[in-house]
Amino acid sequence: MNEEKKLRLKVASSPHVASPINTMSLMRDVLIALVPALCAAVFFFGPRALIATAVSVAACELFEWGYRKLMKKSLANQDLSAAVTGVLLAFVCPVTLPYWVLIIGDFFAIVVVKQLFGGLGKNFMNPALGGRAFLMLCYPVAMTTWAKAGTANWAPLGMSVGQDYIDAFTGATPLGADFMHNAAHRLPDASLLDAFVGNVGGCIGEVSALLLLIGGVYLIVRGVIRARIPVAFIATVAVLTFLFPQGGNDRLTWMLYQLCSGGLMLGAFFMATDYVTSPVTKKGEIIFGVGCGLLTVFIRYFGGYPEGVSYAILIMNCCVWLLDKVGKPNRYGVTKEMREAQKAAKKAGKEG
Amino acid sequence: MKQSFYGGVHPNDRKEATRHKAVTPLGAAPQQVVIAMSMHIGAPCKSVVAKGDHVTVGQKIGEIAGLGAPIHASVSGTVTAVEPRPYPGGNKVMSVVIENDFQDTFGSDLTPHPDYSKLTADEIVEIIKEAGVTGMGGAGFPTHVKISSGIGKVDTLILNGAECEPYITADHRLMLEQGERVIGGARILMQAFGLQSATIGVEANKPDAIEHLQALVGARADVHVESLRTRYPQGAEKQLIQRLTGREVPPGGLPAHVGCAVFNVGTAAAVYDAVVEGKPVTHRIVTVTGDAVKEPCNLLVPLGTSFQHLIDEAKGFAEEPDRVLTGGPMMGIAQHTLEVGIIKGTNAVLCLTRKEAAPIETEEVCLRCARCVNVCPMHLTPVYMHLYAGKGMWKEAEALNVMDCIECGSCNYICPGRLHLVQSFRMTKMELRQLAAKEKAAKEAAKA
Repeated sequence: MNEEKKLRLKVASSPHVASPINTMSLMRDVLIALVPALCAAVFFFGPRALIATAVSVAACELFEWGYRKLMKKSLANQDLSAAVTGVLLAFVCPVTLPYWVLIIGDFFAIVVVKQLFGGLGKNFMNPALGGRAFLMLCYPVAMTTWAKAGTANWAPLGMSVGQDYIDAFTGATPLGADFMHNAAHRLPDASLLDAFVGNVGGCIGEVSALLLLIGGVYLIVRGVIRARIPVAFIATVAVLTFLFPQGGNDRLTWMLYQLCSGGLMLGAFFMATDYVTSPVTKKGEIIFGVGCGLLTVFIRYFGGYPEGVSYAILIMNCCVWLLDKVGKPNRYGVTKEMREAQKAAKKAGKEG
Repeated sequence: MKQSFYGGVHPNDRKEATRHKAVTPLGAAPQQVVIAMSMHIGAPCKSVVAKGDHVTVGQKIGEIAGLGAPIHASVSGTVTAVEPRPYPGGNKVMSVVIENDFQDTFGSDLTPHPDYSKLTADEIVEIIKEAGVTGMGGAGFPTHVKISSGIGKVDTLILNGAECEPYITADHRLMLEQGERVIGGARILMQAFGLQSATIGVEANKPDAIEHLQALVGARADVHVESLRTRYPQGAEKQLIQRLTGREVPPGGLPAHVGCAVFNVGTAAAVYDAVVEGKPVTHRIVTVTGDAVKEPCNLLVPLGTSFQHLIDEAKGFAEEPDRVLTGGPMMGIAQHTLEVGIIKGTNAVLCLTRKEAAPIETEEVCLRCARCVNVCPMHLTPVYMHLYAGKGMWKEAEALNVMDCIECGSCNYICPGRLHLVQSFRMTKMELRQLAAKEKAAKEAAKA
């Protein structure tokens, strides 16, 4: 009896069990889903793609650790969210980008966009896209110099890539000026299949629509992300580009090029679905996805940039609070009739 | 129209430990029982016995004082104390302590009615009231009040055999071993409400119980046994009604508002005992389980038996428990002492090990992953409610319908950031109730 009196029972609020899924396991799944795209990047752009990604991850984790240490906050490196940011930021930069520029982008993403707003869960913009937007402003030339895909064109591994390499081995992406902003809207040289598997110029992680799709499906199957945002996003782009092809191109071909090129797949599956900066409600998510799609097409059609995905997502990030208000679920147990009666009563009250 | 409820979670049900274990009476009767005078929603009972009185099994020892149901002695013996004692709901309540004389002499004022078909609704209600039947599923609403207030309004009678809480198998074993009492109780309730049919909802993870009940109903086919998807909280009253009838109980409303009455299968069995056998509620089936006990089991337990005694019946602790709960892991209440006695709504004594129990995290990191929104069966947005609650913005939380929260714990369970969601909603609701009371008082003061 004496022994039992020593029992130290914990008293806590229910529920007393928790799902095995936690922040770290979610982030790990995102990283796993990004692996196929990374393989494609290494295959098409060479080992420099891998090194750039690794540098970016290390820098992000370091900045996260450093900031939180400096501010005497609890260390949060184990949740892997900084690693995800690191990979994503590297993925939206060209392989020829000097490492130090990438590190500046990492600093902006982690410290300015994420930690200054309170860390994980508090930032209102996707950190990786924030970092990219910052780099686009500061280093527009470096950010839009794209290496050609293929083993022969693999970029050297040095700190920064030499000018002679850039002159010889860089070229337009499928979303280049000829395609999007020339009145003729000439279709790119790369075939549709090349654009789909990723054998084209572009940023490190966004070229292979196929492998990004595989990663995205993995995330959906694992229940890490919900399909609403990517489906709404991609469907909107597909419908708009199908309805309004430019330069007398075939509708279907035009649409498929639009879907497979640029950052659409990466953006739709990995960035627009970023938990922190996307709505939580069902309706909100769909509006968010459609909004991203609309803005992407508008920027591609009418904007100065050939590529609109990142800015489309950033703009929609800023609307999340509003979208969640709009998307507030219908109250349980309130029928349509009850809602209408309530509205009528309100109206009568106003008139009276 | 049948309709699955929105959201929900699917925790590991962990019922294997006791699923196949028959209900057994206690190996050793308890030396003493501590019978709390509050086993139901409403006002605590007034004890009608005093220290030194001799009581028999089934003798009324607590009389209704307001909303409630009387309470009866569960063992025969001598009353040794009438004083506040700890009880499973937390706090202390007035309790009657009975020293067991191990004679189990039975003595009740109730008369058996083996043929209940001639009883009127009022007579049935009176018997149920005198037998002290309350909801056996946990909440403990006095059954006679539910019936008398529902007669005329209720067109659908539902029996809840979902038992969606992990670990618990008390209702499962009841349906399997004493299904005729459940069906009999259902027929008595049908008669009271003047209905021709009833539905028993059972989660699909109990196929043997479903088959058994269906066989028992047989050709009369007046009681439908419905297999429900195994998904927590299938057994929550509102979600069960929605699943079986497609009706949604309006905010702040009762099942009767949509023409439904829901009774736990254990309640139906207690109704049968009261009416047919003339037995008041003195015992109930309790699942003693969790990895922390050596031999998990289903026991038929006299009310007031201490948790410690039940754990001894399960051969004691296998390792030091992290916490001991009354009820399931999703909505159960953690106990600070094992001296508390079983009450009518105690369906399980659950001893969780450190490994099984959710760690109590001190730091919450909300990812805004929206899992809470996606699992909430009440269509709420826990992530925002929690934000407001954390800032003390009660009114804003109220605008998000925090008062609709049924505290099922689904959001809390699924949260990868380990936010203390349910806890903060309980607090918000309490604050809002206090605010409302204050406003009401202020209004009345202004009037006067």
